[in-house]
Amino acid sequence: MAIVKFTSNLKRFYPNLTELQVEAETISKLLDLVNKEYPGIKNYIVDDQNNLRHHVNIFKNDIMINDRIKLSDKISTTDEILIVQALSGG
Amino acid sequence: MRKNTLLISTRKGLIVYTKNNSGKWIFSNVHFIGLPVSMFYADRDSGTWWACLDLGHWGNKLHRSVDKGKNWEEVDAPKYPEGVEIKSGVPASLKYLWSMAGANGKLFIGTEPGGLFISEDAGNSFELVKGLWNHPSRMEQWFGGGRDHPGIHSILIDHEDHNHIHVAISCAGVFETTDGGIVWEPRNKGLKADFLPDPNAEIGQDPHLLVACKSNMKVMWQQNHCGIFRSVDGGNNWSDISDKTGEANFGFAIAADPVKEDIAWVVPAISDEIRVAIDNSVCVCRTENGGKSWDTFRKGLPQNHSFDITYRHALDLD
Repeated sequence: MAIVKFTSNLKRFYPNLTELQVEAETISKLLDLVNKEYPGIKNYIVDDQNNLRHHVNIFKNDIMINDRIKLSDKISTTDEILIVQALSGG
Repeated sequence: MRKNTLLISTRKGLIVYTKNNSGKWIFSNVHFIGLPVSMFYADRDSGTWWACLDLGHWGNKLHRSVDKGKNWEEVDAPKYPEGVEIKSGVPASLKYLWSMAGANGKLFIGTEPGGLFISEDAGNSFELVKGLWNHPSRMEQWFGGGRDHPGIHSILIDHEDHNHIHVAISCAGVFETTDGGIVWEPRNKGLKADFLPDPNAEIGQDPHLLVACKSNMKVMWQQNHCGIFRSVDGGNNWSDISDKTGEANFGFAIAADPVKEDIAWVVPAISDEIRVAIDNSVCVCRTENGGKSWDTFRKGLPQNHSFDITYRHALDLD
């Protein structure tokens, strides 16, 4: 199962947030599963059109995902997914 | 009735002051510390407190409290329906929660990029008010004023007829519905927009804030980008009441007396090009005669080296 890690900044809103192991085919499906574990957290990562927020990044094995719109990047069971805020705003 | 609680939405949280027996405002509490609060709304019917947060990276959030801030619950913020567009080819998505109002079990939120949302289930869900969103002027004639897209910053619900609502949009102008939001008409006659090719254009005006006298809501006031305007016929016609040679001219905030329809207050700034206090000295201006003349008040306000500006939602009456 893929490992999902989160920026510590999200712990402000989800204090019990810890890394997860998730079995999903794409980033989009992964976020749905993460949202089941932490209800509402998906709305912090994607906007109301389900696009990745402008100032949020998702890395797969240290490489930024390609599809910020449909979040269709494929995931394998050995992948490590990191969800972080972009460095913007100084 | 005198009010004893002051709730201030700031970029650093929702700050609460209460008035003590001596009439002095005392710091009481802060909610959402460190987080920008774009709007606070206290629903007088239900007693529910609402806080809109602009979390930057993480988007706009909506929180409510049914126990005056002891506990907060996050609820889903309004979402633009899939497929709707700001402009042709530009999908709409929520940018900012800018205004709230409610009456008779309905709750409205005004947003950037120009969508008005309604909830009829105490904020558990919101729907885009399609009558306004689909107004034929929106796609081509609305635009952002200081923000990337048009935004609804003022919502006035007629307390005698809850289907009668005015909104003000920067930049588009004032719109009115008398059927709860199905049909909307612009109400901008008499306004001036010196930033448009046609300053008298019906659409594209920039009201900075729209308010009304509660005892006679036909008397409306707006601090506009291009001056101060008043209407005595529910927004059908506007008169420029700016003091062109005095302080009361440019600004953002305006407050109307709830009973006396000739009284209103503004907090002036130099101009749209120079957005600081006039002469680096903060003042509040009041008219008691419907804008024929303005008096200036300075006592208790910073009078030296002040570069402050008071934005649209930051003036209220005790």
